[in-house]
Amino acid sequence: MRDTAGTQAKPVRMERPRSQWRDVWDQFKTHKGALIGMAVLAFLVAFVVIGPFVWHEEKLTTTQTYLNKNKPPSLTYPLGTDHLGRDFFLRMMEGGRVSIAVGLVAMTISIFIGTTVGMLSGFFRRLDGPLMRLTDLFLSLPLLPLLLVMVMLFRDALARVFGPELGTFVLIVIAIGVTSWMPAARIVRGEVLALKEREFVLAARSLGTPNRRLILRHVLPNVVSPVMVAATLDIASAIITESALSFLGLGFPPDFPTWGRLLFDGLSYMQQYPERVIWPGLAISLTVLAVNYIGDGLRDALDPRIRGR
Amino acid sequence: MLTYIIRRLLLAIPTLLLISLVIFFLVDLAPGSPASEIPLTVPAEVRAKILESMGVNDPVYVRYLLWLKQFVWVEPLNLVDHWFGTSFAEGQQRIISYQTRGPVFDIISQRIPQTMTVIGTAYLVGVLIAIPIGIYSAYRQYSWFDQAGTFVAMVGFSVPTFFTGVLLIVIFAVKLQWFPSIYDTTLKVTDWASFMKQVKQMVMPVTVLALFNAATLSRYMRSSMLENLGQDYVRTARAKGMSERTVVLRHVLRNSLIPVVTVIALGIPGIFGGAIITEQVFKINGLGAALIGAIHANDLPTVQTLAFIFAVLIVTFNLIADVLYGLLDPRIRYA
Repeated sequence: MRDTAGTQAKPVRMERPRSQWRDVWDQFKTHKGALIGMAVLAFLVAFVVIGPFVWHEEKLTTTQTYLNKNKPPSLTYPLGTDHLGRDFFLRMMEGGRVSIAVGLVAMTISIFIGTTVGMLSGFFRRLDGPLMRLTDLFLSLPLLPLLLVMVMLFRDALARVFGPELGTFVLIVIAIGVTSWMPAARIVRGEVLALKEREFVLAARSLGTPNRRLILRHVLPNVVSPVMVAATLDIASAIITESALSFLGLGFPPDFPTWGRLLFDGLSYMQQYPERVIWPGLAISLTVLAVNYIGDGLRDALDPRIRGR
Repeated sequence: MLTYIIRRLLLAIPTLLLISLVIFFLVDLAPGSPASEIPLTVPAEVRAKILESMGVNDPVYVRYLLWLKQFVWVEPLNLVDHWFGTSFAEGQQRIISYQTRGPVFDIISQRIPQTMTVIGTAYLVGVLIAIPIGIYSAYRQYSWFDQAGTFVAMVGFSVPTFFTGVLLIVIFAVKLQWFPSIYDTTLKVTDWASFMKQVKQMVMPVTVLALFNAATLSRYMRSSMLENLGQDYVRTARAKGMSERTVVLRHVLRNSLIPVVTVIALGIPGIFGGAIITEQVFKINGLGAALIGAIHANDLPTVQTLAFIFAVLIVTFNLIADVLYGLLDPRIRYA
């Protein structure tokens, strides 16, 4: 028949080998919430990273600023101006930059500590007991009160070294990182304990691989997936913690906006200008929601039992 | 079981000691001394006397031990005295706040009722909302109700309480003027009118906290129900011809509640932390507000004591959760 002749004439096409990450992406794409979250997050990141370059800069004299305060939304100022005559749209962009940067850096610190602790306690039996007791101890600490205390006590000392803005940034990022690594450590430890017994580790060990390379080459790549999920969720909680600190008045200095700080500043004008609390609050909530949905999608996509179903 | 409880209690002591060390030294060794709060116009010798009366000149380990002794021995004795009219603690030095120059535990006992009424109600309401939602979501998995529940839980979990609180204030206190935005702690409930007033001022903070707690709890409830609904005993119960109502609400629900009860117990100390923010939003004069005030005023004894109380709560409820799990689930036997 002509049909079969036609198909036979075509060169046989081999299915291209698929990489693991391609599979993950294919599975991730089926999670609608995660895709929307990704789009929202991409939009927000573009807004805060590229926005300030595209948007017109503020160059007002003191008198102009005075006349400019509390303006309603207009074409020049899409979200109006604040009580000091500053463009609220621009402040939202700059505030978002800091908020998202805090989330990313704090996540890096917390994941680094968590993975190290989890890896060490899972891999070396002698360290397991002490390190897990340490994790338990950290989990029993009242974190929010301690964060508040840390910020209050070390803010001035660090501000003297790094300057007020960078000092606060360093302090908050370290404080959040140091108090949020415990879940990651527990997850990594569990994974490492299981991986350690697998044949490929035994094979590598019998070839005389030193512990350092065994960890970095063979075990670490295999715990990447759960760590990625934990990292995503860590970004969200770091952003919330930072804005909570700013909201309690123990975050960044007033002239250095973050979304939490903007919300805090807006509280005094809540009666007349409620939009000044709503915009930053909405931005925080949207970012966290998007990140949480991405984490949800990642968890499904990275789980080989669900993938390919 | 009893040996397990005793072992856990004994283990809790070194944990709490370590935590108290961490808290005390973190707060104490940091810069920002109580001396900086005394105005510079105060003459040097008076300043020295003030500092001495605060006891800050002693070496740090002396102050730590004294504080620890006051916390675990003198203050409980005072409580006993207060309850039974005895005088065991007479003449013993108590933990003194730098701010008020009065005992820290007096401040705490004044603040606890406000925190407990708001937070206790909120947690209760949260649990009461979460459990039915979780049951129905699991029973009709992937229905529109379940999908909506998942979305609402995700939102409730992601949106910080300081934003939901402020949003409620903007809508219901500023625009509609239904509820007051500031919690009046001096209000005494004596008759129906003042009771309604109390209810009105509690609505918003309770809603905020309850929604936040219900979001996570309903997810736990749902997954626990789902796990049990697929079990063999459910099929057996249905095969025996029991009504769907009995199967779900009697057989499945009982077993599903076991892990959820422990989650509820574990969440209790966490809500005290969350309450710090909610109290700030609605200006509730509770424990969280006391902590924030003490932090701003460099009142080290109050900060140390309050932080340690939070730690004690966490350790206690972890213990309670573990014990509850063993009591409720006969499959779990602690050696």
